[in-house]
Amino acid sequence: MTKLTITMLATLTTLALTTGVALAGSEDVVVDDAWARASIGMNRPGAAYMTIRNIGDEAVTLTGISTPLAMMPEIHETTTSAAGVSSMAPAGEITIAPGEAAELAPGGLHAMLMQLQEQMIEGQSFPLTLNFSDGGNVTVEVPILGFAARGPEG
Amino acid sequence: MRRRTALGYGATALGAMGLTLFVGWWRVDGPGAPEAVASLPLPLTEMDFRLTDHEGQPVGPETLVDRPTMVFFGFTFCPDVCPTTLSDISGWLDALGEDAGQMNVVFITVDPDRDTVETMAEYVGYFHPAIRGWTGAQDQIARAAEGFRASYERVPTDGGDYTMNHTASVFLFDAAGRFVSMIDYHEPREFAVPKIRRALEEETEGAT
Repeated sequence: MTKLTITMLATLTTLALTTGVALAGSEDVVVDDAWARASIGMNRPGAAYMTIRNIGDEAVTLTGISTPLAMMPEIHETTTSAAGVSSMAPAGEITIAPGEAAELAPGGLHAMLMQLQEQMIEGQSFPLTLNFSDGGNVTVEVPILGFAARGPEG
Repeated sequence: MRRRTALGYGATALGAMGLTLFVGWWRVDGPGAPEAVASLPLPLTEMDFRLTDHEGQPVGPETLVDRPTMVFFGFTFCPDVCPTTLSDISGWLDALGEDAGQMNVVFITVDPDRDTVETMAEYVGYFHPAIRGWTGAQDQIARAAEGFRASYERVPTDGGDYTMNHTASVFLFDAAGRFVSMIDYHEPREFAVPKIRRALEEETEGAT
């Protein structure tokens, strides 16, 4: 068991190192103010928010997300029509221009965490990996705030 | 000759102007006008629906008359808009302080299949204590939405699940049950709180 863990860690580290060296784009991604709301049980989808900044010289494209917390994590976007009707749909790929940021915030883009594998409990955190089109990825630890939290400050 | 050309230009210009006016009329007031985006909610006194609150009590529009009222449609499986709106409402109520106690604040589910009385009780428990959760039979929810001129629609998602599109505005009524205004989703607190105060004040005006 321990041996397996070490092997896995070694593989992961090697992978991380090689991808880190080989790819320039996603290296220049900085994630700020990640947060999520606590969930009621595991039946409902959760949502996580953050600011993804591209501090590099080239555009980066976010292609998907993954987390051990949810079987089906996906970037979704809420839009509200002129008549005041809100709907939610997968956002597809998100390209961030150099020097720009993608804002994942309530009522707009969010990491929708479908099919939770465990309850999201206030005070805990979970890793969320952002996958980019250059094959690189960035993992952030997302703190879980209260159920009625409105922003990264709670 | 030159004069005729000038006249010709004049006629063309007039014709163009006339056409522009006609097109404008057609699109704004005429047969080409878009249907009204959303008409105003009925007064609460003219609505008719039977629901159950999160404590199992039978409720209807008449439950809301005599006090200013704030109503919002949503569903508890909603990961983004609904918790955000309920958090916003909780914040507005905190900002109102003691005045919040004079209001009815109701969250009506558009997903009664999943939002039972127990579910609603658990859910509203996470927000400001003034917020009540109402659910009920599909046809009664539909009648309520019709009265508020709210709309909702069930939309299947990838995983075989479904989500709900729904009106995310918050409706404000005065103590007489008359519609006062709407707080749109994302409206900043400095606009929202005065609107609620207005609904509260209409009550005083009505009394005098």
